[in-house]
Amino acid sequence: MGSSVLTDSPLSSPVACPDCDLLQRIPVIPPGGKACCNRCGHVLARKPRGPRDLPLVLAVTAAIVFVVANTMPLMDLSVLGRSTSTTVIGGAIEMWKEGQQITGALVAFCAVIAPGCYVAFMLTLLLGARRSPVPVWVAAMLRWVHHFETWSMLEVMMLGILVALIKIAELATVHAGIGMYAVGALILLFPAIVVTFDVRELWRRVEWDHDDAFMAAAANAPVADTPG
Amino acid sequence: MTTDAPTAAQAGLLACEACQMLSRPAASGMPEYCRRCGERLHFRHYGSIQKTWALIIAAGICYLPANMLPVMKTTTLGESEGDTILSGVAFLYATGSWPLALIVLVASVMIPLGKLVALAYLLLTVQYGSVKSNPERTRLYRLVELIGRWSMLDVFVATFTVAMVQLQPLMSVEPGAGVLFFAAVVVLTMLAAEVFDQRLIWDSAYPHTERHG
Repeated sequence: MGSSVLTDSPLSSPVACPDCDLLQRIPVIPPGGKACCNRCGHVLARKPRGPRDLPLVLAVTAAIVFVVANTMPLMDLSVLGRSTSTTVIGGAIEMWKEGQQITGALVAFCAVIAPGCYVAFMLTLLLGARRSPVPVWVAAMLRWVHHFETWSMLEVMMLGILVALIKIAELATVHAGIGMYAVGALILLFPAIVVTFDVRELWRRVEWDHDDAFMAAAANAPVADTPG
Repeated sequence: MTTDAPTAAQAGLLACEACQMLSRPAASGMPEYCRRCGERLHFRHYGSIQKTWALIIAAGICYLPANMLPVMKTTTLGESEGDTILSGVAFLYATGSWPLALIVLVASVMIPLGKLVALAYLLLTVQYGSVKSNPERTRLYRLVELIGRWSMLDVFVATFTVAMVQLQPLMSVEPGAGVLFFAAVVVLTMLAAEVFDQRLIWDSAYPHTERHG
């Protein structure tokens, strides 16, 4: 049974649910639909509707907005004729200067580095995915992108800034800057990329690409080999 | 699929956690990597239970100073005053923004504590081989994964208050020692949720899975 599992056509090849490990076959999903695990309800696959280049368009937009969000001031504060302003990275740098280097580095990672890497990786791999055959590095990047998504906390930062603003508003006049609107746009763009991007379709094309190198050997052997 | 081997581990197949591809392990006992994407493959995360315990105990230790030490020190005209997370919540409540006070209380105090309790509960039920309420325990794990990041809220509040309020000699805000412990709680609990292998919840129902692990 095992070897037939691996050499079936990729459309109907079984997957194991990441949450409960149940083996199951994913049926053909209509655009806009999803497939859930039989046992635990985990969403195993989604089929986005809309044009195939939409995630790329969104990623290009996100890259531009990301640059704006990190170069323009988030907010200006004025009290008694004096004013200061800060950017996203400015907050992390201030934390570092005040003696909290580890916290400053963590804020920089969650608010700038992780979202930045997410946009950069997404943009690069979506451009790479347009080529046929799909380059091998696309698979490596696709594997990494998930980690940056986990640690990118723009929406948490936005709420944190809001709470800070309300505390400060008691003492001074605060104006939201262009950076703040750009962060708001990014918070909407990130999930939009995830929702419109058909990950399974791309993985399937990576698999075809690797066919010659890996699958030929695997097809002859009764048991598929995994290169150590 | 036949009913006697419902999971990938029981069928002797390794599922890639990055791209979901199934592979059959080589007999050599060498470390396995996914053929398609190069991810390291495991039947279950190696030492998942021990590592998760270690991380949540460390997070539990950091939770106390995180809530007792000041996260911010406000200096107004030479007078200095420390603010813990709870006094920050009290300040927000007193100034009339109770919805924000509630958000900060939930994100900073209840979510980290809830995560520690939830992960400890999941670890204990897995260790005692519980077969009850598996779908509910899986949902609890997903909730822990989903809301974990929000406890970072107070670290961002402190960061941007410190960055903005630098109006020497009128008024300035410095970060306190609590913020480091607070950040540590967030990072340790997020890592704990990542290290915990949620598939273990379902394994007890089929004890013979062990031989593959």
